Amino acid sequence: MSDNYQSFEYDVLVIGAGGAGLRAAIEASAAGCKTGLVCKSLLGKAHTVMAEGGIAAALATVDSRDSWQQHFVDSMIGGNLGNHWRMAQIHAQQSPDRVRELEKWGAVFDRTNDGKGNINVRHFGGHTYKRLAHVGDRTGLELIRTLQDKGVHSGIEVHMECTIYSLMKDGDRIAGAYGYFRETGRPVLFKAKSIVISTGGIGKLYFINSNSWECAGDGFGLSYLAGAELADMEYIQFHPTGMVWPPSVRGLLITEGVRGEGGVLKNNQGERFMFKYIPAKYQGKYAETEAEADAWFKKVVIDGVKEETVKERKPPELMSRDVVARALWNEIKEGRGTEHGGVYLDIASHRSAEDIKKKLPSMYHQFKQLADVDITKVPMETGPTCHYMMGGVKVDPETQMSNVPGLFAAGECAAGMHGSNRLGGNSLSDLVVFGKLAGEHAAIYAKKLRDFPKIDESKLAGLNKEMNQPFENQGGEVSYKILADLQHIMEKGAGMFREEPTMDQCLKDLEGLKERVKKVTAEGNRMFNPGWHVALDLRNMLAVGEAIVRAAKERKESRGGHTRTDFTGYSKDFAKKRVVVRQKGDKMEVVREDLPQIPKELEAELINAHMLKPEVLKQLRGEA
Amino acid sequence: MGKVHMRVYRGNSEGGQLKDYNVQAEEGMVVLDVIHKIQATQSSDLACRWNCKAGKCGSCSAEINGKPRLMCMTRMNEFKEDEIITVMPMKTFPIMKDLATDVSFNYEINKRIPPFTPVEGADWHWEQEDVDRVQEFRKCIECFLCQDTCHVLRDHDKMAKFAGPRFFVRIASLEMHPIDALDRTALLKNEHGIGLCNITKCCTEVCPESIHITDNAIIPLKERVVDKYYDPLRILWNKVFGK
Repeated sequence: MSDNYQSFEYDVLVIGAGGAGLRAAIEASAAGCKTGLVCKSLLGKAHTVMAEGGIAAALATVDSRDSWQQHFVDSMIGGNLGNHWRMAQIHAQQSPDRVRELEKWGAVFDRTNDGKGNINVRHFGGHTYKRLAHVGDRTGLELIRTLQDKGVHSGIEVHMECTIYSLMKDGDRIAGAYGYFRETGRPVLFKAKSIVISTGGIGKLYFINSNSWECAGDGFGLSYLAGAELADMEYIQFHPTGMVWPPSVRGLLITEGVRGEGGVLKNNQGERFMFKYIPAKYQGKYAETEAEADAWFKKVVIDGVKEETVKERKPPELMSRDVVARALWNEIKEGRGTEHGGVYLDIASHRSAEDIKKKLPSMYHQFKQLADVDITKVPMETGPTCHYMMGGVKVDPETQMSNVPGLFAAGECAAGMHGSNRLGGNSLSDLVVFGKLAGEHAAIYAKKLRDFPKIDESKLAGLNKEMNQPFENQGGEVSYKILADLQHIMEKGAGMFREEPTMDQCLKDLEGLKERVKKVTAEGNRMFNPGWHVALDLRNMLAVGEAIVRAAKERKESRGGHTRTDFTGYSKDFAKKRVVVRQKGDKMEVVREDLPQIPKELEAELINAHMLKPEVLKQLRGEA
Repeated sequence: MGKVHMRVYRGNSEGGQLKDYNVQAEEGMVVLDVIHKIQATQSSDLACRWNCKAGKCGSCSAEINGKPRLMCMTRMNEFKEDEIITVMPMKTFPIMKDLATDVSFNYEINKRIPPFTPVEGADWHWEQEDVDRVQEFRKCIECFLCQDTCHVLRDHDKMAKFAGPRFFVRIASLEMHPIDALDRTALLKNEHGIGLCNITKCCTEVCPESIHITDNAIIPLKERVVDKYYDPLRILWNKVFGK
């Protein structure tokens, strides 16, 4: 393959065209920057499209008690205080404006039925009040289509089906990105003053996951190799409700909206088991008996009674995802699971067939078409699935810039907002809040630069040779085999439950994979060749896998999406720390840093307003 | 379970042919699973697009036994046990490689549709029933199967004169938005050639989102064009009053 590469030049280059990338590009372009947007798929197909339940924002259209302060507190408690408080604050304060902005750009959210015609909001796990603006159970599609249609009229240049292989630097600062067009295999160089990484998650590192092929950790790997620090990589969300049967759909997401609309979790004894698993941090906030939970559900969800007038508390199925996932796992482990190794999620006994089809149309179709199951008649089978990476590129909360000058990150691939566990609905709002900030500050940075960063183009031939290596390798394995092994290794060594010996083994296994990746073989040529694409993705995936395991080894406690069987419970030694990994020479260095804490005045204010309980703070800080 | 016999198109813009594959079946498989298994075990360079594998992104469109469908939503147990299943790329669009086609035509059309433009000083409150219809149109996942099956594009190659069902749905979602201020009727008549559609409803039949493309989008838009340009009373009125 020739080294003849195409070349483009932008003030701001955005890599990844999901919600965060599109929002960043719109902002950068509006600021007058020449903006390029690169995506691996066709525009509008990014994983954002899969988001179902809604976008969290304290609009207070249904429950007037809601406020940014409560949203902030819910996100911090949901994240077990592992969040960067300032990001959680910015997110809670700015998400209502971002939602209203989407509406001004053409999004059509479901409306309230109180005669006022406001944006309707629904309940979701860990949110104190109804807070998720939504469009049935296809909110992600609405968000991405709205941004896409806004974006194509904003003067952004879009490069579809293009993969970035390496970030380029001029000294310490960012200078561009090099990669290839998937259709032709032709190399391409993007020169840029600043770059926003918005490449989504890492789900494809795990065998059972809810993610598309795109979620291969590109942004984490590219940024790490370019010298950026990654933080919180041990925090991975295993969503409690993935499909478990048939095998071909294992891991596919069942929206949390099913529980929001009345779905309950039962084991094979018919027991509604979540009442047994209410952790101290949620004591007093959730119903303690089935009768209480059902009464709440009937009044609040079916009859639409104002929640502030209802004395019953909401069902424990609506606790945060980390809590529910661990409960499910325990039921299954102790032999109370279903035939196919899940538990039952039953909405048929709580809602009419008509309501289910109206409120959860795509879930109804998903089960009917893919599993021959009619969820209006029988329960679903469900189990945990790797869903979301809370960790990522360590960024400045105000600007979203990493430690590499000119390199910004937003959305799932940035760390800090969600702490050790993300609340449902906080992802879509994260995308638009921090996408906007990243675009804005990438533009400011680009405008301040006097000279265009220089790229040593003599390096490009070497990179192209590297990309071509799988065709040169003889007798190695195909990429798919190595990918499958990686997924099993990660599942076993750094899955939902972790301990020192299995993580040590996992690191050894990853080393073994590195050797195999060096010899990975691709057949055919560079024209639209998925086997070759996966071969090149493996490099980032291995770096990300190692970062996850090393960070998980470092955190000797259990918190949210990081559960250790050898260090159960919160530890005060780790409560105010965050684990950071970075490249040092050829090695990965792991360090513990201080995690910025909520300022005392704000903490006192929230305690005074009864939003934050001192005993919960103590408990999460491992001081109780 | 036994083996399944698949016949998959392999080729590029210069030509190609169907290739036979035998694959071990597993319970619950969809056509896309079989394609993935072929990639993993037999032809790692077999090109196809996919993302969500749940009928939500509209990437894996193809023609399965002659019918335009999403591969991820086509269950293998729909077919008879010894049936040969043929998978072809969408015929309407130029082939890139194997099952991947060049769908850039659609992205170009979309750029030419004036975006949502709210009336000035709009009141951003409305009832659910005011937007039910618009939300139906916004369910579209842009799989382009309607474009693929539409004979104006498929058989008559009217790409230059005809936007196709997907974009009538898009325009309908804007025109029927409670506070959109623009009138796209002239555009529909002239640039997007809505008159070329003779409402055979093929697009509606293949829509995986069950959008009533013809009845709810195209026919009402056609009526708007007729009202504006072909209403005899209006023509007379305009003549008399010199408009």
